[in-house]
Amino acid sequence: MAGLAIHRVTKQFGDHRAVDDLSLEIAPGEFVALLGPSGCGKTTMLRMLAGFEQISSGTLTLNGTLLASDQHHVPPEQRNMAMVFQSYALWPHMSVADNVGYPLKLRRVQGSEYQRRVAHALEQVALTPYAQRSPQELSGGQRQRVALARCLVTDPDVVLLDEPLANLDRNLRASMEHSFVDFHRRTQATMVYVTHDQSEAMAMADRIAVMRDGALVQWATPETLYREPRSEWVARFIGQGSQLQVAGGAPGQQLNESALMQGLAAPLTARTQPVLVRPEHIRIEAHSPAHSTNPSNLTGRVERLTFRGERYELHLRLSTGEALLAYHHTALNEGQHVAVRLLEGWCLEPDQ
Amino acid sequence: MTPSLNLGSQHRWLLSLITLLIVLLSLAPSVRLLIEALSDLGQGSQAPLWKVLNAARTWRALWHSLYTSGLGMLIALVLGSLFAFVITLTDIRGKAWLVFCFMLPMMIPPQVTALSWLQLFGPASPLLKSIGMAPPLGSPQPLYSAEGIALLLGIQSAPLVFLALRTSLLSLPRELIEAARISGARQTQVWGHIILPITRHGLIAGAAMAFISSLGNFGIPAMLGIPAGYYVLPTLIYQRMASFGTGVLAEMAALSLLIGVLALAGVALQQYWMNRSRFGLGGHSGRAHDFSLGRYRPLVTALLVGVLLVILVAPLAALVVSSLVPAMGVPLSVESITLNAYHEVIGRQGATWRAVRNSLWLAGGAALVLMLCSLPLAYRLQRLPPRLQQLTLSAIELPYALPGVVLAIACILLFVRPLPLINLALYGTLGLIFVAYLARFLVVCLKPVSASLAQLDPSLEEAAQLAGAGPWRRLITILLPLIAPSLFAGGLLVFLLAVNELTVSALLWSAGNETLGVLIFNLDEGGESVLASAVSVLVVIMVASLMLSLSLLAPRLPKGVVPWQG
Repeated sequence: MAGLAIHRVTKQFGDHRAVDDLSLEIAPGEFVALLGPSGCGKTTMLRMLAGFEQISSGTLTLNGTLLASDQHHVPPEQRNMAMVFQSYALWPHMSVADNVGYPLKLRRVQGSEYQRRVAHALEQVALTPYAQRSPQELSGGQRQRVALARCLVTDPDVVLLDEPLANLDRNLRASMEHSFVDFHRRTQATMVYVTHDQSEAMAMADRIAVMRDGALVQWATPETLYREPRSEWVARFIGQGSQLQVAGGAPGQQLNESALMQGLAAPLTARTQPVLVRPEHIRIEAHSPAHSTNPSNLTGRVERLTFRGERYELHLRLSTGEALLAYHHTALNEGQHVAVRLLEGWCLEPDQ
Repeated sequence: MTPSLNLGSQHRWLLSLITLLIVLLSLAPSVRLLIEALSDLGQGSQAPLWKVLNAARTWRALWHSLYTSGLGMLIALVLGSLFAFVITLTDIRGKAWLVFCFMLPMMIPPQVTALSWLQLFGPASPLLKSIGMAPPLGSPQPLYSAEGIALLLGIQSAPLVFLALRTSLLSLPRELIEAARISGARQTQVWGHIILPITRHGLIAGAAMAFISSLGNFGIPAMLGIPAGYYVLPTLIYQRMASFGTGVLAEMAALSLLIGVLALAGVALQQYWMNRSRFGLGGHSGRAHDFSLGRYRPLVTALLVGVLLVILVAPLAALVVSSLVPAMGVPLSVESITLNAYHEVIGRQGATWRAVRNSLWLAGGAALVLMLCSLPLAYRLQRLPPRLQQLTLSAIELPYALPGVVLAIACILLFVRPLPLINLALYGTLGLIFVAYLARFLVVCLKPVSASLAQLDPSLEEAAQLAGAGPWRRLITILLPLIAPSLFAGGLLVFLLAVNELTVSALLWSAGNETLGVLIFNLDEGGESVLASAVSVLVVIMVASLMLSLSLLAPRLPKGVVPWQG
């Protein structure tokens, strides 16, 4: 398959294994996120893709050409990639236009063609009026857009993004997320985006590689990752939800309402299967739980209530002792007892 | 962050008073010099300034100064930038040792450098004689020339260029280089397009520093130039003072003013470029960029080691050989090798011990006093408004920025008459040298302390304040322990510089009050090259071990305090 192939790549720093036997196949034009907590090896993986780090074992290939193995190393300047850095990495001694045009100069693009492509790249990030400014005169968001324009200008095979939004404030992040998605749609470039922010990854990427301690934990679309996380750890990392222990079921299995209720009713020692219940799959009946029509009679007490604008977040304590997170459209009283229905749940692999 | 509470109290006044006193003491010599140099301008052509400006020897010495310093600067630029670029940017091995060896010439006193090079060349060189390569007797010593002076000035000040450039290179964020690489630039293109333009200002500032330092250097032109009748401004002053004594003080003040103005112009230029070099770079800095040298690595390593062999190892070897022969001109062999010179200087020469004792007292005392002053001074300075802080720092830096000869003349002027009121005569005593050292080296001790203090999170002190600690208590129980390594490093640097100092003491010493620097100079002038070599070897060993102990301290210090550690 063409595209970017990471095959069994390992990176060893002394005793520490920063990336451990990682394999990914990235299709051409795909927007991929490497997601994980800090120190999980995602940035090291990105730097190996760029060619700033040598790989200890395994292979990297791009469209069938070998980029790197333990024997072989194509230097960064020959990989035809582009990168957006967290710190923007704009050269302070060059104007905005010169920064954007520098990769073209290195490719010996000159004259009117050079002017046209620089102008076009600046236009795409809406920075045309700033062409002659120096980078220090720009705001954070503008600098990030210059860095993006610098990537645009040469039609790279792969665009690498290293936590590009980490230094921006919250409002700017949302608008930059749109810029990245637009940019990807227009250019159809293969993009690899490193982040520790799951909502960023979920919002932008076609597929997400979740990493932990240097190893790949799950490689899936955002929807799959949300609905069918593989393990307890992934489930905690992605989205909101509660984990309960039930009897029956097996990892990778979906449980319906009755199976869940049955599993919860079993004695404590039999309940060994972790199951994820998302808050949107929980129904709350606030009125007179004692006389409820609810057949299974699962009840909980409201421990804490958080106002989130369009809804309330309820932190419940079930009669069986577990904590449960649910949503409700009106306010309830703390300490109030409610009837609870669990519509569906997803069985997880337990953590080691 | 000024703790806004409770600062109108007595400790603030006390600190301000100390600061003011120190500033006045730093300024006093320069002001006194200025008054003397500009005195009697009304006398027309008889005024000292006019007399000096009309003398042909002034202009000749000025030209010599400019020529040797300029050529020295170029040599320093080539050597310093070669080492800075290779050591900071590439994956060459043994960086720590290369840096240490390259920095050593800066810390070796200039008169020792000059002496060791004199032992390396010329017809009487014991080293050349021992390997049978000495030129015939009567052939000239090639170092007794303008170019010889320039060469040694260049080697001595190359570490300054190295340091300035290395600082620029280390503060260059790695991302800027990586962004260029991934844009398609090869290593050489990255160097030319990105690194050189961004660090250009550091390079220029380093060159300016090398020029100023060469301009004020006394030991090298004195040892190499005076025998050849080649005078630069500092040696001209020395020679006139030696011949005519305090009678020509006014003229010497005028001459000093001339060098002082030149040196300060250089400092201003260097400050300007240093400020220009601050681009406000973002990103992760401070990591080496590791350009891979690939198959050129052995070649580049050989080049650097070769340069070090020539500029450091060969002259020091010559020095050691010279200290082991019974007399100048005798080749070193198994039969002739002798430790007589060491016996002589350690055992019999009363002057040696006296000089060592004097230098140790002066350097140790100056280091101790300056360490005591530095913490309160740095603490008060940090709380001044930025403009005032800048001015104060400039005043404190003045005695160090001025060439040593200028400071010496200024101190003579200031203390040639007994002090009024207390009727204390400092002239002709060790006290005069001590005061001069205090003025000269204050900034050396203050800089690391200020740097440390600026790095401290102000909330540390604020937390102590909220816990109820008063100002003095905070200073002693919170700040002092955190600053201590820097304070100690500052003191050690002062000691290192002061113990080998020649320029100031050359003009201020008197019989019985020699310093170590003066001793070597006098021994060599008196034809006792072997004894001078023996003392010099001991001095080099002391310098190297002091430098090593500073290196050991380095991990506990803020960046840049130990000059030869990144």
